[in-house]
Amino acid sequence: MAHPTPRRSLLPDSPTAIANANLQVDQRSDAHAPDSPQLRHHFATEGQQRDAASLGMWVFLATEVMFFGGMFCAYLIYRLWYFGDFGAASKSIDATLGATNTAVLICSSLTVVLAVWAAQTARRNLLIASLILTMILGCAFLGIKGKEYKDKFDEHHVPGASFSFENVPIPGHPGQYANPQHAQIFFALYFIMTGIHALHMIIGLGIFAWLLAMAWKGRFTPEYHTPVEIGGLYWHFVDIIWIYLFPLLYLIDRHP
Amino acid sequence: MSEHSISEHSKSSPLKSYFSIWAILLLCTYLTYKAAFLELGRFNTPVALIIATFKATLVALFFMHVWRAGEKLIKLVVISAVFFLLILLALSMTDYATRLWS
Repeated sequence: MAHPTPRRSLLPDSPTAIANANLQVDQRSDAHAPDSPQLRHHFATEGQQRDAASLGMWVFLATEVMFFGGMFCAYLIYRLWYFGDFGAASKSIDATLGATNTAVLICSSLTVVLAVWAAQTARRNLLIASLILTMILGCAFLGIKGKEYKDKFDEHHVPGASFSFENVPIPGHPGQYANPQHAQIFFALYFIMTGIHALHMIIGLGIFAWLLAMAWKGRFTPEYHTPVEIGGLYWHFVDIIWIYLFPLLYLIDRHP
Repeated sequence: MSEHSISEHSKSSPLKSYFSIWAILLLCTYLTYKAAFLELGRFNTPVALIIATFKATLVALFFMHVWRAGEKLIKLVVISAVFFLLILLALSMTDYATRLWS
């Protein structure tokens, strides 16, 4: 930013950049429209800068897929080995709370797309309202999660010295009881997976608080709203993780 | 990607599709919750996972705008993430799922 290089005179070197530059010129009737102050000097156009930021977020999300993938893989292995015990342990979790949380997250995903749309179309009030609503829904999710954790602590279902899971019948096998050691593995996975997910939610709330502050100051315009867009990508990704956690942790072997 | 979205917005508002996707997602959540209490034998978990995958695909395609991403690179990243996840799960299962066969 420090060097006021004449950007237009630099040849964009990738075909994408050239295409973007052409698009930009087509779109604005005035080819000499001033660049927004947010355009970094190493990008040829704002479109190129946006694509680079968005691609960066996608690559980060790909690494997150592998991060959560390891936990899902551990879950899959133990679920296959201790099939009935996992069913019995899963049944002790309140599925209605889990379903409510799923609905809460889906609603928050809607408010996030509304926020992105509001930023694209220069609707500042809708943008601020959507961001606030997203944060409220995120907090509601964490609150419900806290209630669920408290129940588990009260029932001594937290792995550790005071863990207790005696005489819990295995669903579909009358007269058989779950092995507490195996059930403990389920609860360890439950707490790690939902805990890491909740940590992502807390980080997401931090990102959205920052977006809200920026939106309040009026920093986002239809030309520059990349932070809203990639913050939204992150939030949707966390929603997708929950979409898988919900059936795998709350809904296995529920049927009578 | 954004160049596309801006030009599309000026033509038609995407709000209708956002709200329809949202309604479908809520409906699927209700379905997966109800299906879990049905007696489907060994198909309970596959049904739940199919619904979850459908929901995740909707979120990725329409809320995360993969559907109209102009940048092919983004589609490539998404596909490779799923591909490597499947490698992780499939190759691990060749070991763990077959250990108890004997």
